[in-house]
Parts: sequence; C-alpha cells; structure tokens
Amino acid sequence: MGIKIKSMKKNDFRDNDTLELFKQSGGNVLITTLDEIVNWGRSNSIWPLTFATSCCGIEMMATGASRHDFARFGIEVYRASPRQADVIVVAGTIVRKMAPVLKRLYDQMSDPKYVIAMGACAVSGGPFYYNTYSVVRGVEHVIPVDVYVPGCPPRPEALLYGVMQLQRKIKSETMRLTRDRDREYAEGTIPPKFKLSKEEDHE
Amino acid sequence: MIEDTVIGSIEQQEYTINMGPQHPSTHGVLRLVVSLKGEIVTQVKPHLGYIHRGIEKMSESMTYPQIVHLTDRLDYLSAHINNHALCLAVENALQVEVPERVKYIRTIMDELNRIASHQLWWCSFGMDLGALTCFFYGLRDREYILDIFEESCGSRLLHSYYTPGGLMKDIHPGFQKRVKDFIKYFRKVLPEYDQLLTGNVIMQERTRGIGNITKEEAISYGFTGPSGRGSGFACDVRKHHPYALYDKVDFQEVLYHEGDSLARYQVRIGEMWESMKIIEQLIDNIPEGDYSAKMKAVIKLPEGEYYQRVEAARGEFGVYILSDGGKTPYRLKLRSPNFSNLSAIDLLARNFKIADLIAIGGSLDLVIPDIDR
Amino acid sequence: MNNEVLKEKILAVLPKAEFAPAGQWLTITLPKERIRSYCQTLKDSPELRFDFLFCQTGLDLADQFQVIYHLESTEFRYVIVLKASIPNKENPEIDTVSDIYRTAEFHEREIYDFFGIHFKQHPDLRRIFLDEISDMIGHPFRKDYKDEVNIIER
Repeated sequence: MGIKIKSMKKNDFRDNDTLELFKQSGGNVLITTLDEIVNWGRSNSIWPLTFATSCCGIEMMATGASRHDFARFGIEVYRASPRQADVIVVAGTIVRKMAPVLKRLYDQMSDPKYVIAMGACAVSGGPFYYNTYSVVRGVEHVIPVDVYVPGCPPRPEALLYGVMQLQRKIKSETMRLTRDRDREYAEGTIPPKFKLSKEEDHE
Repeated sequence: MIEDTVIGSIEQQEYTINMGPQHPSTHGVLRLVVSLKGEIVTQVKPHLGYIHRGIEKMSESMTYPQIVHLTDRLDYLSAHINNHALCLAVENALQVEVPERVKYIRTIMDELNRIASHQLWWCSFGMDLGALTCFFYGLRDREYILDIFEESCGSRLLHSYYTPGGLMKDIHPGFQKRVKDFIKYFRKVLPEYDQLLTGNVIMQERTRGIGNITKEEAISYGFTGPSGRGSGFACDVRKHHPYALYDKVDFQEVLYHEGDSLARYQVRIGEMWESMKIIEQLIDNIPEGDYSAKMKAVIKLPEGEYYQRVEAARGEFGVYILSDGGKTPYRLKLRSPNFSNLSAIDLLARNFKIADLIAIGGSLDLVIPDIDR
Repeated sequence: MNNEVLKEKILAVLPKAEFAPAGQWLTITLPKERIRSYCQTLKDSPELRFDFLFCQTGLDLADQFQVIYHLESTEFRYVIVLKASIPNKENPEIDTVSDIYRTAEFHEREIYDFFGIHFKQHPDLRRIFLDEISDMIGHPFRKDYKDEVNIIER
C-alpha cells in the first residue's frame, strides 16, 4: 500500500561481470582448455556440507527440497562429513564458542573449497551486532568467504543466486595459480582482526 | 569360538563418543557426549552454548517493539507464537485491549505456524529414521503455508508480524481464500503422511517402547508441549491458561499415555488435525475493524513484573519481564520449551541403543537456538 | 481460582509465609535458607501439589540477588511465585532444588552461568553456555559486567 519499490531497468541489473576480469588471459592453449574442462566439472558438482546453526538452515533445507530443488544446479548431495564436501554454506550465527569448531571444519575440507556466508548473521553479525558478548560479527573473521548472501533469512532464490555466483567464480579459476585467498589463509594473513581472547590473537 | 569372544569383548567395552556440534541429526549445533557400553547408552551429557547469542542480555538495552524481532529468532519454527508471547505480556502490562480482528488473525496465524512447524518436524523425524521421502512430502506442503505468510507478513520464516497492540499490517485480501484452500488440500494430504510413515513397520519398531518417560518424571523435568502430552501430562497452555481466542474455540487436547517416541509422534499428528479444526472455526468469522490498537509511540511499561505463557509448537514458551518503568526491560527472561525438554534426554536415552538416541532426539523436535537463546 | 482461598491453603501448611503485594499471581517472598523446605512442603501437601516448576529466573537487583521460582500445580492449576532473596552479593549461595524438581538442574546451571549464584549440593554445577570461551571470566548478566573487547554498545 504505502510501500513502493523503485523499479530497476533490466539493463542495469546485470550479473556480476567483474568476476570474469579475474580470469587470466593468454597462456598455453592446452592448459586453458584443460582449465575449462576441470572448472566445468567442479562448478557443476558442488557438494555442500550440512552445516546449519540457526534459522537460515531451515531456508537452506527449503532450497534443497521440493519446490526450489537446488540439485538442478549441481549443488546436490548434502554431505555430513567435511572431508567429502566442496562448499560450506555457513547458515546462521557463529558465536565465540562455535568459531574454533567452524575453523576446524574448514581446515578438514579438502581443496578446492569454497565458503558461502548465508544470512545477515554470517555476513556481519546481523541483528546480533550490538550489545552482545558472544557473537562473532561476521564469519569472515574466522574463515575466508567467497560469496555473501544477505537477508534474514535469505529467500531460497537468493541462496540459489549466490550458488550461481559461486559457479561463475569457479569457472574463472585457473589451476596454474594457487588462489590468492588460499595462499593468504595458509600464510595466516587472513582472516583478519578477530580475537578469540583478550591476550592472544586468533591463530 | 574366537568370533564369540571378540564380539563379546566389543559388547562389553566402554566408549565415550562425541556427537556434534556439527552433526546432521542433532538438528543444529547440539553437542552430546555419549557414554556407551558396547552399543548401549549409559549416559548422555548435553553440552550447550554453541549458538548462545545472549538474546536476554541484548533485550536489556532494547525497546519492547525491538525485542519482538529477537523473539522470532529463538524458535524460528514458531516465530508467530513467540511474538505473541511478548506482545501479550506488553499488552497486559499496559492493560491494552486489542481489537477482536487482531485476536482472530493472531489465533489463525499461530495455528498455521504450528502446522508448518509440525510438518517440518515430520520431515526431519523421517530423515532421522532414514526415510528421506518424508522430507520432500513435508516441505512440499509447508511451502503452501509459507506462501500464505508471505502474502500477509512479507516474510517466509521470521515474520515479526505482531507488534505490541496489534499487527504490523492488515492481512492480504486473499488471505481467507488461501487459508481455506490450504485446509481443504491438507485434509486430503495428511492421511498420506500416515500411510507413508505412521504405519511403516520399521518406523513402528524404532519408536514403540523407545525413550519412555512417565507422567511424574515428565512433570518433574518440565517436559511440555507434544513431548509432555505424549506421557499423559495435560500441559496445553491454550486449554488451561487460555489467551487470545482459545477459550472460545472448540478443540481437544491431544493426549497419549505411553510416553514413548511413538506417542510423541502421534500427538503431533493429532495436533495438526486439531489446528485445522481451530482455523476452520475462525476463518469465516474474522470481524471487520482495525488491525491495531492505538499505542503510544514510545512504549514504557509501568514498574512491576509480568509473565506471559503461550503454547508454542514445542511446548510452553514464557516471557518474564521485570520493568523499572523505562523504555527497556530491567530483566527479560525467556522460558524456552526445548531447554527443559532437553534436560531429560539422559533419562530418555539411557539403556537404549545409540541408534535409538537419534530417534529419541528426533521425537523431541529440538530447536537448538531456542535452547541456547 | 481466587488468590485469597489459595493464600489460606498455603498458610495452613506454611504458617510463616510472607506474601508480597498483589501482582499477576500470588507471590511469596522468603529468605534463601527456607527455599528447600518451602518447595518440599508445597509439593507434598495434598491440598496444593505444586509439582511443576515452569520457570526459574535469576535477578540482579541493586542490593541483592534474587531467584524466582514459578510453580504450578498440575492437578489444581494453581500458580504461585516464590522469591528467594540472597543479600550477600560478594559470595551468593542458595540451596538447590534440583532433586525436588529435576528441571531445575539445567535452570540452576544457567543461573550460575549468568549470575554466578552458587547452588549448594547441585549434582553437576558447571557453566552451561559459556564454559569453553577462554576469556569468559565474569558473569554477563550482572549489572556491573563490562567487556570492552566483545560488546559494542549502542
């Protein structure tokens, strides 16, 4: 009634083309072709880990169920073990007690591994940003994130869009180079600034 | 001979197994440390706090209309009902009488929410027992309710539709028709649930006589909701301490006396029928009128204590407010049903096999953010 | 159920009970030493049968701690509120009721976690939510709790 959503021209609503700019141009014909094959395979069979801490987990279940069915896009089988999973969809709030567990889960996953931060809590702490003593304000303080899906909770369509963005990102990878993110994570320069205790920084 | 001794020694050995916090059948981030003798559970120790967000502490620096949004995020599957508890507590404190129309809409929304919650429980309970088909059937039907919510509240899961004094917005013009269509559809579909799972031999074997709790123990452990009513504990707040329109509608308190997982299962299936009955009695009679009472822009509760109990999908949900006369509560305590229900898990699972622990956990229908708050 | 009738019934078994001014439910204020005997009497008395503890709340008031017990009788549907005050703020202690009402075991652990109120003879008194966080020294629900690192105030 009183609410109007400003309409957007179709032309303005483009997919995130900047991802393609990451793509390394030039190089060996054989390797780039091989890259494409490998990336095609990887991006169309992303297996998520069943990791849901709170409300967003229900929307993640709804995304996997009858109406929305994200198996259409190859993100198919929920894996209970991190060792078999390719992507961890962090669905819900991460609190300080859970943060070391999440980090351990991420470390147990085999490369290449991807992270989708689903929902306001995983993106930034969301509704639990102020005045609370136990919430980690954004999962990026614990593990590096590939795709952020905002919303509280995001609609299943939003998660699907996020997954498709991840697929685009995977398609622009090359196997010659280690991803900057993985290297930085191994070196310990990311994740930044999160403190698990007053005395020592989070390792 | 050798095999016998080997198996015998395995059966006698004592183990301690850690389940969770990341485990597919703990419905979130519950962590159970299970002591076993062979396959038999000797002790279950729940470790909580992996999703403790300090909501009660946050509430102490928030105004009452703001806290409504936090109550959604406790038991996200009965978001409407949790909102209802806080709104009622504030309204009772201010002695505001909400319009009849609001009471009708709130009661209908609560019951729709209860059905949606039990549908999701049915999905996950089936999955816990290894029946994946339930997942697709249950969530298929749940989407119809979510569509109804979405039309009126603008959100699928966390609605924050109730405000102190009334509702955020009026219902969608097509609300009544959509609800009636859904009830017609669901009356046809719910017997399918029975055909698919209730009569199943494996399901019966895995739930009958498993996870027993007597009525006295249930009361002592504060076991409420469908879990308590499965043991014959008449604890339906809607019946015994009625709020909204529950004293005017005709419905039965579903009671089973066996106290096992199957009884808890049957209570929930029965409640879905009762909820439909309540909705049918109300849906045609929604009176015209305002969708909210006149409230002041800044809500300040008079000094004192206020407690409101409501029947959420998993049991009794309570809000305790201690006000010092300001805009924010001095102390706000949320009595969550799952917290008390979980405290009995050691008693329920003891002397059963470890596989039954999953079935028992499923029959309690735990929502972990509600436990940890 | 009339509060006056209930009051008389309670006075019959607990002649020393002190009632607070009228609120939503009948409220009994008591010193912390009496909590076990009161709970036991209220539960065992055949006229009352308060067997269901549906809420247990900790409170930090200016001069004292309080533990509030919401009791219901599942047979007669009476509800009463017990308020036990703990004047010692340095070293708060109270007797456990977890053997009378089993649900209190978790509730008391929660109150211990949030307020640091020690429950004597509790079978397993550990912090329930905040036990593995290394720098969690204080009890966050006390009004004087400060945490500059983790709390962003608004």
